[in-house]
Amino acid sequence: MIELTNDPIDPTSLLQQVASHQAGAVVLFLGTTREFTGSRQTESLDYECYPEMAEKKLNELECEARDRWSIVDCAIVHRLGQLGLGEASVAIAVSSAHRKNAFQAGQWLIDTLKEVVPIWKKENWADGTTDWVHPGLTNEE
Amino acid sequence: MKVEVKLFAVAKQIANAESVAVELADRATVGQLRDALVAQFPGLAPVMSHIAVAVNAQYSADDVILTADSEVACIPPVSGG
Repeated sequence: MIELTNDPIDPTSLLQQVASHQAGAVVLFLGTTREFTGSRQTESLDYECYPEMAEKKLNELECEARDRWSIVDCAIVHRLGQLGLGEASVAIAVSSAHRKNAFQAGQWLIDTLKEVVPIWKKENWADGTTDWVHPGLTNEE
Repeated sequence: MKVEVKLFAVAKQIANAESVAVELADRATVGQLRDALVAQFPGLAPVMSHIAVAVNAQYSADDVILTADSEVACIPPVSGG
């Protein structure tokens, strides 16, 4: 299951979505809004995406994870819009019979999501300035 | 032919538009589209080499040929998560 949403992410409902009697392990990853990047203070983040392609890429990631690892279920949710400090921007839940597959698939999913899915964050700094984050181009994450 | 190009994040900021129309020769390539975009928006020149181009929601190399109904987008380095 993949989802792009403007609403706050509810990790509990995500865990319920991947729950199964076949699973002996459930791994949940949350990406959250951090206050400091080096010495720069963040007030909030704005996320935008290219919806059609982001959904397509997220579906491809889910399919590839299911091909590569023996997992029971998998759910990926990415938040869009403005997020305050501490809020979750992304959540990935993976269930599997044994923990190793859930850990490995979860790690691969978040790493690959950050490389290929067309979603962008803008830093709204505490000093009132803003920057789009583009790894390798502008400020590093 | 006229191709509509979606812009995101810093590309949108530089061009000050969410999408732009670019006039191209028939059967123009992604590479030719890049040149046309930079000519139209010189501010994109320093970032163009970092921008990926998606055609019909698929990352596409510079030799991919465009048609008037291609869905084209400029994808600056992504920063989701």
